[in-house]
Amino acid sequence: MAAPALLVDNLSVEFQTRSGVVKALEGVSFNVAKGETLAVVGESGSGKSVTAYAVMGILDAAAAVTSGRAVLGGLDLLAASKEAMAEVRGREVAMIFQNPRTALNPIRRVGDQIADVLLRHANVTPNAAPREAIKLLETVGITDPVRRAKAYPFELSGGMCQRVMIAIALAAQPSLLIADEPTTGLDVTTQAIIMDIIAERASATGMATIFITHDLGLAAERADRIVVMHAGHVVEAQRTRDLFAHPRHPYTQALIAATPGHTSRLAELSTIGGNLPDLRAAKLPACRYAARCPRKLAICDSSLPSIDPTAPEALACHNPVSSPPMGEAA
Amino acid sequence: MFSLIFNRLMLAIPSLIGVVIVTFLLTRALPGDPAAYFAGPAATEQAIAEIRAKLGTDKPLIVQFGRYVSDLARGELGNSLTTGQSVAKEIATRLPASAELTLIGLMLVVILAVPMGILAATRPGSWIDHVTRIVSTAGVSLPVFFTGLLLVYVFYYRLGLSPSPVGRLDVFLSAPPHITGFYLIDAALARDAEVFVAALKQLILPALTLAIFALAPIARMTRASMLAVLSADFVRTARASGLSSSKVIVTYAFRNAVLPVITTLGMVLSFLLGANVLVEKVFAWPGIGSFAVEALIASDYAPVQGFVLTMAALYVALNLAIDIAYGLIDPRVRISS
Repeated sequence: MAAPALLVDNLSVEFQTRSGVVKALEGVSFNVAKGETLAVVGESGSGKSVTAYAVMGILDAAAAVTSGRAVLGGLDLLAASKEAMAEVRGREVAMIFQNPRTALNPIRRVGDQIADVLLRHANVTPNAAPREAIKLLETVGITDPVRRAKAYPFELSGGMCQRVMIAIALAAQPSLLIADEPTTGLDVTTQAIIMDIIAERASATGMATIFITHDLGLAAERADRIVVMHAGHVVEAQRTRDLFAHPRHPYTQALIAATPGHTSRLAELSTIGGNLPDLRAAKLPACRYAARCPRKLAICDSSLPSIDPTAPEALACHNPVSSPPMGEAA
Repeated sequence: MFSLIFNRLMLAIPSLIGVVIVTFLLTRALPGDPAAYFAGPAATEQAIAEIRAKLGTDKPLIVQFGRYVSDLARGELGNSLTTGQSVAKEIATRLPASAELTLIGLMLVVILAVPMGILAATRPGSWIDHVTRIVSTAGVSLPVFFTGLLLVYVFYYRLGLSPSPVGRLDVFLSAPPHITGFYLIDAALARDAEVFVAALKQLILPALTLAIFALAPIARMTRASMLAVLSADFVRTARASGLSSSKVIVTYAFRNAVLPVITTLGMVLSFLLGANVLVEKVFAWPGIGSFAVEALIASDYAPVQGFVLTMAALYVALNLAIDIAYGLIDPRVRISS
């Protein structure tokens, strides 16, 4: 297998808060191949966004990376100097966010915002930057890009703003795009269009995409592979089809069962009992799902199966649900 | 944009009319009879009545008001009873003195307080944050006359760095030819370096006194506003796009944070304009504030009216300038107007 576009290996992040240290991520490992779309799913607070911020190097001042590497093109982003990271950010890895309306500078014309990134990362002269910005707007499917480039974010719809965000993210043709809930707050039609644009740009440039979402249905539709996170741990990773056919981690299974489908009725949906564990606790069980898990064994409190960060599949469970041999699932 | 300015000007007219009426009534309601004051303690009833007739204060209020308004329409603000000078002329020479002092003070504030606020916001908990907090707390807690006297004591009496704190210019120099009334500008226009430097030396201590007082609101507002904007989503986007930190802080964060700072600046400026009487007294500055206070003590209502009207007009102009600045900075203001 070729070197992955991004390899995250044993990443741990802690937050210093007034009420103690929050172990937000612990031993997170996964990889994404060139051209691949990887979905990272999990409920709110599972550490999806923190993982992305850590990779981008835009974690809050209160957060600290306590272990791990994130290797992109031979460079460990977590160990890189500030200057090196400033070069990588926006050029090699770009990110788009949820709430596109607030993610854009409200008092700067969108064309200028794209031009800012072009001037920073692409070899573009100040004279040519506005023209290049218009071209980028065109590639993300904005009609009348010349006029729209002069618009302010508040003059555009949410979907338009997200297209602008994508144009900003793709300005320097990054090798990896991290999309953090890019369609939250958009209507279903716009969601589909935005996801199509991302997929289209990814396949046009061979860019890898990490797609963070809590919408399993969307992940099922769009991702080649899915990583499931729970309480700052990666619990399972599989090809999309295999994950839905044979979820092996009890949490994945519960998550799928709790996802509404076309035919299911409200009464048929199951819920996942309990809550995320308090990540401030001094002594957490080795498996952070243990307290909610119906298949918990004694060993779950003390040890967790390790994950191979380079493998396409991962499973952090001593007592998985159904156990087809790993090779067969792949 | 032009419709915004026009609308704001139209809105200013009712407030100006209100100010004219209120100042007229207020000055008439002041205790003390200007005619009696003017006639002196030894004057007879008859003499006072004559003066009253001359001043027109024996007529009904409505007639007085009519005369007052028609005078105003001709730009006539009446004469001071104590000095006999035309109030309009007096204000025209004294207002630039106050305005120059206040504007230089404000410039000092902006130069000092805005970077302090930005640095304090970008490095919360650092030494610069603490220094900002201490300096701004000290700035508001020390009364201006005290800061003024302290500066005079240190820089004039102890160190001898600044000239004696009396007036706008050294007594041995003559004022530059009157063009704007701002000595610094007039001296620069007249290419008179000596007068320029001398005027600047006189100006720096009172301006600094004002600046120290105004430092706190501006620095604190800049800090708070920057902190709010720095945690906004679009700043995160700018960071994630790898934009340089100066670009992120200046173009993305500060331009968004500047609106409340401008509002505060306008409030501070109008406050300083009217309230720097104490500084003018300490530095024997021939400004409009001390002029108004002296007139008020003497029940000399024409200068008081003139002062209040001037201040009201300035205040309206200032608010208009702030609104225009808002429109220039924030496109959303332009649209909604």
